[in-house]
Amino acid sequence: MIKPALSDEILLKIEKPARYIGNEVNSVVKDKSKVDIRFCMCFPDVYEIGMSHLGIQIIYDMLNRFEDTWCERVYSPWVDLDKIMREQNIPLFALESQEPVKDFDFLGITLQYEMCYTNILQILDLSKIPLLAKERGEDVPIVIGGGPCTYNPEPIADFFDIFYIGEGETQYRRLLDVYKENKKQGGSREDFLYQAAQIPGMYVPRFYETAYNEDGTIASFTPTREQIPTTIVKEMVTDVSNTNYPEKPVVPFIKVTQDRVVLEIQRGCIRGCRFCQAGQLYRPVRERDVEVLKRYAVEMLKNTGHEEISLSSLSSSDYSQLEELIAFLIDECKQKNINISLPSLRIDAFSLDVMSKVQDVRKSSLTFAPEAGSQRLRDVINKGLTEEVILKGAAMAFEGGWTRVKLYFMLGLPTETEEDIRGIAELSNKIAKTFYDTVPKEKRNGKVQIVTSTSFFIPKPFTPFQWATMSTKEEFIEKAHITKKAVLEQLNQKSIKYNWHEADVSVLEGVFARGDRKVAPVIMKAYEKGCLFDSWSEYFHNDLWLEAFEECQVSIDFYTTRERSLDEIFPWDFLDCGVTKDFLKREWLKAMDETVSPNCRTQCQGCGANRFGCGVCFEERG
Amino acid sequence: MKLRIKFSKHGVMKFIGHLDVMRYFQKAMRRADIDIAYSTGFSPHQIMSFAAPLGVGLESNGEYFDIEANSVTNSADMTDRLNAVMVDGIHVESVRMLPEEAENAMASVAAAKYTIRFSSGKEPTFALPEAVNAFMAKNAILVTKQTKKSEKELDLKPYIYEMKAEPESVQLFVDASSSGNIKPSLVMEALYKENGFELPEFALQITREDTFTNTGTEEAPVFVPLEDIGNEF
Repeated sequence: MIKPALSDEILLKIEKPARYIGNEVNSVVKDKSKVDIRFCMCFPDVYEIGMSHLGIQIIYDMLNRFEDTWCERVYSPWVDLDKIMREQNIPLFALESQEPVKDFDFLGITLQYEMCYTNILQILDLSKIPLLAKERGEDVPIVIGGGPCTYNPEPIADFFDIFYIGEGETQYRRLLDVYKENKKQGGSREDFLYQAAQIPGMYVPRFYETAYNEDGTIASFTPTREQIPTTIVKEMVTDVSNTNYPEKPVVPFIKVTQDRVVLEIQRGCIRGCRFCQAGQLYRPVRERDVEVLKRYAVEMLKNTGHEEISLSSLSSSDYSQLEELIAFLIDECKQKNINISLPSLRIDAFSLDVMSKVQDVRKSSLTFAPEAGSQRLRDVINKGLTEEVILKGAAMAFEGGWTRVKLYFMLGLPTETEEDIRGIAELSNKIAKTFYDTVPKEKRNGKVQIVTSTSFFIPKPFTPFQWATMSTKEEFIEKAHITKKAVLEQLNQKSIKYNWHEADVSVLEGVFARGDRKVAPVIMKAYEKGCLFDSWSEYFHNDLWLEAFEECQVSIDFYTTRERSLDEIFPWDFLDCGVTKDFLKREWLKAMDETVSPNCRTQCQGCGANRFGCGVCFEERG
Repeated sequence: MKLRIKFSKHGVMKFIGHLDVMRYFQKAMRRADIDIAYSTGFSPHQIMSFAAPLGVGLESNGEYFDIEANSVTNSADMTDRLNAVMVDGIHVESVRMLPEEAENAMASVAAAKYTIRFSSGKEPTFALPEAVNAFMAKNAILVTKQTKKSEKELDLKPYIYEMKAEPESVQLFVDASSSGNIKPSLVMEALYKENGFELPEFALQITREDTFTNTGTEEAPVFVPLEDIGNEF
C-alpha cells in the first residue's frame, strides 16, 4: 500500500481526509519505473466537485490506457489543509502515488468556470511551481489547460505553458510523443513548447504578442516566431461512438456531487440559444450510437457499483434514439434496483410518462428554463419555448400528480425592459393558476410550489451576445428587486418562492469571460490578498477583488459595460471554435431585430461547423 | 437467507468513516454481483446491517455486517468475488450463513478486543506492565464521560473484561454493547491519568482485533466472535 503524503495527525485533524488519500475503486496505480510520462490531471476545486466531472474521467482513462504514461489526479486542498500545507511547507501531491506534483512531466488543469482562477494559482503555489509560465525552469511540469474557459484563455495566459483548445481525445498522444522525443534529444522546455505550438489545437501563449490601441482595445495579436499558427482551430472528435470512454470510472469513498454513472449521449446542441456558450463551442451535434451507449451503461454500472445512472448532454430531448435508450435503461435498471436520473428533458407527454416511471412524482419537481419572462425577449435570445408550451406542459404534469415546479430565468439580457422582467413574475403566476384550474380542490395535495430563480446574464465569447454590454452590479440588484416586487403583486404569490444570485461574483465572471492579458495581474494580486475558492460564497471576498483591480489600475467597466463595435478585435478572435464570426454577427443582428433562428435539424443556419464533416450537418433530413 | 460478512480494514482505509464504509459495501455488492435482497417501496435499498461502527483512525481485523441474500453460491466463491472488487486495505475474511433465528449484527455486539500500540516518539514514559496491573487491581476506575449534552461520572471497571500489557502494546477486551460501548482511548486516558500523565494527542495506534457476541447469560457471559454464529456453506 502507498504511504500517504500527509501524516496521521494531519489526516485526523482535517475535514474529510478521504479527499487526499487516493486508493479509490478503479483509480490507477502503475509502476513508475516502467512509465516515461507522469501526468497529473487537476480540477481546481474541492475533491467532491472535481470528482463529479466527466471530462477528467475521460482523459484519465485515455492517458492510462497508454502504456508509457501514468495519469494521476489532484484537486484543490480545502482551506483547512491549505493552511497546514503552507505552515508546514508540505508540497502538493498527486492522489495515486502521493508524490509531489512538481516532479511530474505534465500538470493538466481543467478550466470549467471562471471563478476557479485563483484556485489555479493555489495549485501552482502549493506545488512550488512558479506562477508565471515565463519564470519556469526545466525542473517543473509543463502546465497545460483545457476545458471551456480556454476559449478565452487570455486572462490566465501568463500562468500556462500550453492551452489545449477543444476536445481532449484527439491530440494528447501526439503531444506526448513530441515531449518524449524532445526529452530524448536533450531539448529544453522552450524547444518542446515551440514544437507543441505546431500541433493542431495547441495554443502556447508565450509565442504570441498583443498590441493595444489607445482606448485599450486590441490592435493586433500576432505570433512572435516562424511556424507558429496565427489561428488555432479547436480539436474535435468526429466519431463519438468510436472514441475513448471511461468504462471503469473512479468511484470515490465519500459522497460527491455527481455520485452516479454518467452516460454522455451526445455532444453539442442544435438549439442555438444566443446567450449560451456551450451551444456554440460544441457544434456540430454528434450523437453516440444507441447500441454503444447500452453497452457502456451496463459495463459502467457493473464496474462502479453505482446505484444511479444519469444521462448527460446539453439537451437530452434532442437525442434521436432517446426512447429506445430509456426503454432499455428502465428495463435494465428496474431489475437491478438502479435509479435513473433524467436531467434537461423538455416537458412533454413522452418525458412526463418516462419521469413518472423512474422517479417518485410526489418528491420530484418539473424544471422549465424559459430564461426570459416575455415572448419578445425569448425571441431575442432565440429560446424557442413559448408560454403556450410551458403552460400545456405544466397542466399535463399537474394532472400527472406533480406539484413542484422550478423555473429558471436570466436578468440583464440584451434589450430587456421592465415589462420583460415583470413577465417573469407573471409567467410564474400563470403556472400557479394553471395548477388551480387543472387540479380540482378535492384532489389537491396542498399548494403548488413554484420556485423561480434568476441568474444574471454574463456575455460570453463565441456567442452572438459577445458584443452585448453587461449590466452593472447596481442594475442587477435593481432588476432583482423589480422581480421580487412583481412576484409579491401576483395573485398566487404565496405559491411562488423567488431566489436570485449574488451580483458581485457575476460582475467578476463577466470580466474574466471577456478579459484580455491585462487581467492576469489582477488575478495574481487578488490571490496574494487571500482570494481562493471564489465560487464558494462563504469564501468570496469582493472587497479584496475590488482592491486588486484598483491597485493594478484595471477597469472593470472596460470589460463589462463598455459598448463593443462590430469590428472590434476580441482577445479570443485568434481561436476558431468552428462557428464563424460572421455567423455570430448575423445572429447578434437578428437578436436586435427580435427574429428567431430555427434549430440545426429544421434549417441549417450556415454557422460554419459543417466543415468538420460530421454530426447533425450531415444527417439525412426528412 | 442471512449472511454474515467479516472484513478487515487497514492502512489508509482507516480514514474512511463508518457511513462511507457502508456506501462502499453497497457498491461492492453490485460490483461483485451478490444477489442481495432489497427492501420494498419506491426507493428500495439493500438489506444490510453493520455490527459496531469503527471510529475514524482505527484499524480492524474483525468488522462485520449482515446481508439478506436471495440466492447464494458458496462461502469460498462469494468471498473471492468480493475480494476481487475490494480496494487495497479492505479484505473480506469470511462469508457465512446465519441460522434463521440469529440476532442481527448490530444487536448482537457485546464486546470488542483491541490491540493498542504507540506512535513512534509517543511511547509511555512509565512502566506499562506494572501500571496496567495496578490499574486493573483497583476496585473502581472513575472517569468523566463526555456526552453530547453533559458530563457524567462513570466507573469503567465493570466494562473492562481484560487488560494486559505486552512489551510494546496493550491488549484490551471491553464492553462494546449499545449500553456500554467503551472506547479504548477512554481506558487509556484513565490509565495515563492514574500514572500522573496526560495522554498525548495521536499517541495511540488502535486495531480492533475482533467483535464478539455473548452466547452465555448476563451473569455468566460467554464471548464468541460474531463470525462463529454463522457457518461456512
